[in-house]
Amino acid sequence: MNYLILAIVIFCIGVLGLLVRRNLIVMLMSVELMLSATNITFVYFSKVWGVLDGQVAVLLNFVMAACEAAVGLAIIVQLFKLKGTVDIGNWRELKK
Amino acid sequence: MELLIDIAKVIIIAVAVLNLIPVLIWMERKGSAYIQDRRGPNRASILGIKLGGFIHNIADVFKLLFKEDIIPNKAHKIIYILAPMIVLGVAISIIAVIPFAAPVKIGEYVLKFQIADLNVGILYILAISSLSVYGILLAGWSSNNTYSLYGGVRASAQMISYEVAMGLALISVIIYMGSVRLDEMVTMQGANFWDWNFFRQPLACIIFLICLFAETNRNPFDIPEGESEIVAGYHLEYSSMKFAMFFMAEYAHIVAGSMIFVSLFLGGWQVPFLPASVLQGHLPLLLAVLMQATIFLVKVIFCCWLFIWVRWTLPRFRYDQLMYLGWAVMVPLALINIVITSILVSR
Amino acid sequence: MAFYIIAFFIVVPAILVIVSRNPVISAIWLVVTLFAQAALFVLLNAELVAVLQVLLYAGAIMVLILFVIMMLNLNKTSLKWRAVTGERLILGLGAFYLLAVLSFVLWMISTGPAANAPAKEIAGTIEATGKLLLTKYVVPFELLSVLLLAAIVGSVVLSKKQKVKET
Repeated sequence: MNYLILAIVIFCIGVLGLLVRRNLIVMLMSVELMLSATNITFVYFSKVWGVLDGQVAVLLNFVMAACEAAVGLAIIVQLFKLKGTVDIGNWRELKK
Repeated sequence: MELLIDIAKVIIIAVAVLNLIPVLIWMERKGSAYIQDRRGPNRASILGIKLGGFIHNIADVFKLLFKEDIIPNKAHKIIYILAPMIVLGVAISIIAVIPFAAPVKIGEYVLKFQIADLNVGILYILAISSLSVYGILLAGWSSNNTYSLYGGVRASAQMISYEVAMGLALISVIIYMGSVRLDEMVTMQGANFWDWNFFRQPLACIIFLICLFAETNRNPFDIPEGESEIVAGYHLEYSSMKFAMFFMAEYAHIVAGSMIFVSLFLGGWQVPFLPASVLQGHLPLLLAVLMQATIFLVKVIFCCWLFIWVRWTLPRFRYDQLMYLGWAVMVPLALINIVITSILVSR
Repeated sequence: MAFYIIAFFIVVPAILVIVSRNPVISAIWLVVTLFAQAALFVLLNAELVAVLQVLLYAGAIMVLILFVIMMLNLNKTSLKWRAVTGERLILGLGAFYLLAVLSFVLWMISTGPAANAPAKEIAGTIEATGKLLLTKYVVPFELLSVLLLAAIVGSVVLSKKQKVKET
């Protein structure tokens, strides 16, 4: 049970960071935080039910996190090259 | 009792590895002098005893201990102090899974000459060694110096690239051995030297060795330091004992890397032609263990010598050459090796 | 007891991630919390997942993020919080509502009969997890490889585009 509360707390911290911070990279890190919170629940349920499916799901989750980080960082680098900042406030319009 | 044995193992092994470092530094200085045909350390002496330049290390220790410890004004202090600790700590903690001798049965109790026998074995080594880049990256960043930052950024790009090839080379070895536990891998290699992975997996062996050079930031892969380009890279601002920690970490990395290489490819503690059962059957247990540990040490020192030999023989790569070698040569070769190995194993 | 110590090392660095001024410091705290999560996984008999967590998250993803932060040379950013108003407030409240529902469901499940059954001994070894991954979950596994390829191509295209424009 404690594990679930822990996971929920981590997820909330991630959501808060995503909502509140202006720095794109910190927002990306908040997303990673949320993903890692789901990993905790997966592993916990795998332990509760005595099957390994949860752990396999975590392995798949890792790959997804890696993809997300790679593409996200590529986009951030491009945005930075365009305007010289990673502050989210500068990206109000989609078209330049 | 268990705990005491574990603590004893940790202390003995850590002390042994730390004591290898001055020996290596001495080997490096003497070796470089012989290879490049110049004079090595020959001045420091105590009462006229020079020990072939070994006294120079003691002089070095005193110099480093008493030098002024400078922390740059604009540096990020906490991280600046933490970075060398991370580098050294990571380098030494790799050694935890290396087996030093065949397990010994004393009555019911099986004594393993290995600090931690993890069931994820080799992945632990990969995981821990992937952390060593943090120390370098943070040292480069926290010094608040452009050259240092370049060094850190170069190191991170280099280490990530070569970790890929290293992991792929290891996969073919794991497929061939059918195990990831290091002690099982060493036992399975047997006592005959033509059964060692060095002969059974030559391509993986070469790729792994090259990646090891890159991971330890040694020449020809020392572009994170690159004295002639970016002065000294990530440890440019460090002085006194903090510099000494980087210096020690480099050699600790070499020792740890050699131990991994020896365990994986050169048969670990296997004495040539004398299997563990024969040794333990005909000799007193202690003697058998000591013999295996000595053979292991000899192999490790040979590997360390290889590191020094290569460093003083080859020039440094250019950055683009390094990336080309990593991604366009080593990764495809390692992938081909995996395919060939899986075909041979499944046959 | 071990759980509470580890939980402390997960939650406090996680908070520090989102309140640190400097993105580099944020990234370092994120590494600490991910490392503590690996310790938590060991506590839950998931050794393979724990090692891969260190290897992939701490060893690859976070190094990549730190690399980008340092390459762009993003030093201190102002810690001006974004005011959560208007649309974002609604979205945020929606997220928290969803979270509340989710946690309620999790609560119900975990206090149900399955949770009260004695926890079976499992071992997240490489053999067991690998077998499951390559038999029952082979389709998601293969699909993920396609996703990875798409991510590689995507990031290469994204980083190349600018160069073509300049020349």
